[in-house]
Amino acid sequence: MADVTKGILGTKIGMTQIFDEASRVIPVTVVQAGPCRISAVRSPEKDGYSAIQLAFGEVPERKLNRPELGHLKTVSLPPMRHLVELRLATTDGFELGQEILADVFAKGERVDVVANSKGKGFSGVMRRHGFKGLSSSHGTERKHRSPGSVGASATPSRIFKGMKMGGHLGAGRVTILNLEVVEADPRRNLLLIRGAVPGPNGCLVLVRSSVRAKEAKA
Amino acid sequence: MEKTDALLRPVLREDLPDFRPGDTVKVHVRVVEGGKERIQVFQGMVIRRQGSAIRETFTCRKISFNNVGVERTFPVHSPMIAKLEIVTHGDVRRAKLYYLRSRVGRAAKVKEKRF
Repeated sequence: MADVTKGILGTKIGMTQIFDEASRVIPVTVVQAGPCRISAVRSPEKDGYSAIQLAFGEVPERKLNRPELGHLKTVSLPPMRHLVELRLATTDGFELGQEILADVFAKGERVDVVANSKGKGFSGVMRRHGFKGLSSSHGTERKHRSPGSVGASATPSRIFKGMKMGGHLGAGRVTILNLEVVEADPRRNLLLIRGAVPGPNGCLVLVRSSVRAKEAKA
Repeated sequence: MEKTDALLRPVLREDLPDFRPGDTVKVHVRVVEGGKERIQVFQGMVIRRQGSAIRETFTCRKISFNNVGVERTFPVHSPMIAKLEIVTHGDVRRAKLYYLRSRVGRAAKVKEKRF
């Protein structure tokens, strides 16, 4: 696995399609990526690990609480809504206050995208775990989407932990590995990423260099 | 949708003439064969236009040899289309001309539009 070398925060705008050089249609997700600032650099000597803290999304001062304002003030940055740490193998080449734009990624590069997925509420087992449900006929009444049996009888006379049942689905951190950057436009702060990206339109996404991509000739 | 569309507006083509279902058109298609590009013409009747903005497509139907119907769907804004010529305007009352599929010969004709 490759180490994460860089990343950027952004907002998912939505999906559309574009044409490539061969006139093929490519489905893309448009991400408003950056501009981000580096609001902290963590080092193994001081913090025990290497990471950079990315700040994204300028907001009025009243939107932040005092600890947040104080932290940004000490690194002399404007109030920003999102602060996310990104673990790196090394923080070489990154310094406090540095601006990160969409051009950290180039066309054709491989990235991972992390975001909170859309919440699906309380979902049954068919939707949540892909169960088949019961027969739609043959005498089945009022339980077409039920899980069926969830355990045996007097032995063990309990339900095993981790049994797949209905419950809350979605609204969790999801990482999609190894997506292709179709276009990076630092002027308009846009990244076009091939395929789908987790989360609703308007949500915060973290785009980082892929840990799965084959090592390019470095 | 609106937001992504606004971002990519310059990609939309405005050089194509207005054409509607019922029109007979010549679609000049760029074909790349063995590294060389040439133009292939597909002439047929537009039987459907669907979608909007960059996703819009249209379907052309022609009768090929041995009376085999051939339908081809193109994205309207694709750079694959080198040129689009209107041969005739058709006079039709519906947006989707699927009924032509079950008709053969003279019955599959569409009246020409008189202005």
